[in-house]
Amino acid sequence: MEIPYTSEPRPDTGLTNPKIGIWLFLASEVMLFGSLFSAYALLRMGAETWPDQSAVLSVPLATLNTVILIVSSATIVLALAAVRAGRIDAYRRFMGLTILGGAAFLVVKAFEYSDKFAQGLVPATDNFLALYFTLTGLHALHVVGGLVVNLYLWGPGVRMWRTDPARFTGRIEVAGLYWHFVDVVWIFLFPVLYLL
Amino acid sequence: MAGPSPWATHLSHAGPCSLAALRTAWLRYPNLLRRYLFSTDHKVIGLQYAFTSLFFLLVGFSLAVLIRWQQAYAGQPLPLLTLLVGEVNAPGGIMLPEFYNQLGAMHGTIMVFLGVVPLAVGAFGNYLVPLQIGAPDMAFPRLNLASYWFYAAGGVVMLASFFVPGGAAMSGWTSYPPLADFAPQGQTWWLAGMLLLVLSSLLGAVNFITTIVQLRAPGMTWFRLPFFVWTQLITSFLLLLAFPALQAAAILQGMDRLAGTSFFLPSGLMVGGQAVDVAGGGSALLWQHLFWFLAHPEVYVLVLPAMGIVAEIIANNSRKPVFGYRLMVYSIFVLGFLSFTVWAHHMYLTGMGTTISAIFQATTMIISIPSVIVLSALVLSLHGGSIRFNTPMLFALAFLPMFGIGGLTGLPLGLAATDIPLHDTNYVVGHFHYLVAPGTIFALFAGIYHWFPKITGRMMNETLGRLHFAGSLVTMNLIFFPMLMQGMAGVNRRLWDGGAIYQHAEPVLYLNVPMAHAAFGLALVQVFFIVNLFMSLKGGRRVTANPWEATTLEWAAPTPPRAHGNFDELPRVYRGPYEYSVPGMDVDFLPQHVPDAKAGA
Ligand code: HEM
Ligand SMILES: [Cu+2]
Repeated sequence: MEIPYTSEPRPDTGLTNPKIGIWLFLASEVMLFGSLFSAYALLRMGAETWPDQSAVLSVPLATLNTVILIVSSATIVLALAAVRAGRIDAYRRFMGLTILGGAAFLVVKAFEYSDKFAQGLVPATDNFLALYFTLTGLHALHVVGGLVVNLYLWGPGVRMWRTDPARFTGRIEVAGLYWHFVDVVWIFLFPVLYLL
Repeated sequence: MAGPSPWATHLSHAGPCSLAALRTAWLRYPNLLRRYLFSTDHKVIGLQYAFTSLFFLLVGFSLAVLIRWQQAYAGQPLPLLTLLVGEVNAPGGIMLPEFYNQLGAMHGTIMVFLGVVPLAVGAFGNYLVPLQIGAPDMAFPRLNLASYWFYAAGGVVMLASFFVPGGAAMSGWTSYPPLADFAPQGQTWWLAGMLLLVLSSLLGAVNFITTIVQLRAPGMTWFRLPFFVWTQLITSFLLLLAFPALQAAAILQGMDRLAGTSFFLPSGLMVGGQAVDVAGGGSALLWQHLFWFLAHPEVYVLVLPAMGIVAEIIANNSRKPVFGYRLMVYSIFVLGFLSFTVWAHHMYLTGMGTTISAIFQATTMIISIPSVIVLSALVLSLHGGSIRFNTPMLFALAFLPMFGIGGLTGLPLGLAATDIPLHDTNYVVGHFHYLVAPGTIFALFAGIYHWFPKITGRMMNETLGRLHFAGSLVTMNLIFFPMLMQGMAGVNRRLWDGGAIYQHAEPVLYLNVPMAHAAFGLALVQVFFIVNLFMSLKGGRRVTANPWEATTLEWAAPTPPRAHGNFDELPRVYRGPYEYSVPGMDVDFLPQHVPDAKAGA
């Protein structure tokens, strides 16, 4: 028997299953990053000394990464709009750009990390760097996860467009929500780790 | 799973050792895998969860028997022990303290995370929720399958950790740093296993909530949901939102152990008389906050499904609607919300300050109100009923006073003044075991006896069931009541020598011996259950689809419910879940799916 409401919304809730699923998943993710931000707050409040964060880290590179992620968040919105309009070529273009954005973010991040390592700055150095590496590392893993999904939806996953367009559209929407979440987490991480 | 077993066909085909037979067997094999190991049918996954978690309950329980034996006869050689756990752990039959600590930590971990929750949610929830709401399956069948396998992987990692150098985790199920930061390798395995279990429960929680919101059958409005479904819904929210705190904590502890960070290591820390070479500046309290932010909601994860099972069984066997259904639903909502606000009552002795302590004392007292409401409603549901005292009902009835003792003993722990002498004593161990063992585990047994006929089409044996019940009730109380007494006399928990160093507690220390014997007794009476379970699979009395004359939708499905789809035809719902003894009817129950009042007859 078919599972209902995988692509049409249930009339009384107005939602599809994947949409509820992704929102619940993101709620859990909010709690995960929320716990880590609280750890940051608690450790920093209890610390006797705290390094000047913006002197240790590279604000220009992080600003660049912020711009990259915001742009890729915009391109995935355009990708969704293209799917809704039935323009699959435009979809592939915008999804491709989103993927490039994610990859560029990781490359910049890798430069930042190797620069820190070269200076002998590692997680064990002090609690600020420990938090920096843990939080940005976990965020980068989320970016990687998003990239894998987006790559799939850009490549082999497109097949579903022909067999079940409604469901495919739903998938792009869900992937988009996740990608925005990854973006939002970064927008919190940036000031907290680099500026404050 | 009644009817001819596919295994049987498989075997008979493979009977004569011909090439053709081997080929048939080989071709069948992937099918069997898909059917029993990698099925996406919620019922198969539910049963996988059931068998795996029952296995882990047995493992966890065996560890507990060893703990009780050690506390009663500390330092006395038991040659058999060396045979069981090896020369490294018990040279010359004497258990090493290091191994004893592993037993304690892993008993708690296995029971909570691999035994009770997977049975209550993974097994009962998975099997029953889609049936009770009239759905063909869970909303995300493949996620459901993944959730089971992450759970199984977490279990394997936890078990494997016993065999790594230095043995399994040994810093308590709470894994408090700094101790846990310096524990042997097994602790890292514990963290890895925990991350897998968190992932599993995350997938499960997303799936349950989506299923309950989206897949309710036509006419199954919110207030027609069986109470059990409500408890699963709230439980899923707790798992979804509380577990990430432990996920974060486990990541941080992993960093401390593997990358040399000091999230939980304060400056100037000495270990074994030597200053530790770490950056310092960390906070051991941070771990406790994160851990208990998960672990207090977790205790409600342990009891909510139990309350749900008990409510179903009491309504069915007292042939009466549950008392105050809506009030119960509102109560567990309040319970769910408040359970996120009480975690620091586990930390009164940490010096976190009197203001914070006052806040958490207040929330802890408030949260007992909804628990008391649910318990009272369940007791009142019995009033005026014509009660059938079968095995499931006996377990469900015993749940009430046992849970009551557990809850009442919690109140003094919730107030700092009385908690200070009781904290970390056997009293605390007694408190939560009353809730979880003769509380939740009794409810789970009740559930197994109650739903077994739906799953298999056969009854479990009543006589064996009653022996199992009576034996468990007596032995459990013999184990856990003395803990309360010892704790009030000041005996700390988790002691290798069973408290022998506490001279002032001399008058209650002898209790360790009857407790150990009762633990053996409890193990013995479980044989009644195990025999009954397997015997009844093949030899139990055959019954029809609704042998208990119950009203909820799972009983409207064929027995066993159809693979992939459950119902012959998706049901439509006409009324609330507990229409028993409706005045003016010929029979005393009116199922949810029967259209017209007269047609129920
Ligand atoms: C109904 C009201 C309850 C109150 C007021 C209460 C209070 C407490 C308090 C204050 C503690 C900490 C004691 C200490 O370490 O000094 C505690 C421990 C504990 N409670 Fe409860 N509790 C209640 C219900 C429950 C329930 C329903 C469960 C779960 C089935 C439960 C399970 C536990 C566990 C597992 C611990 C021990 C954790 C540990 O230290 O290892 N409690 N309880
Ligand atoms: Cu608690």
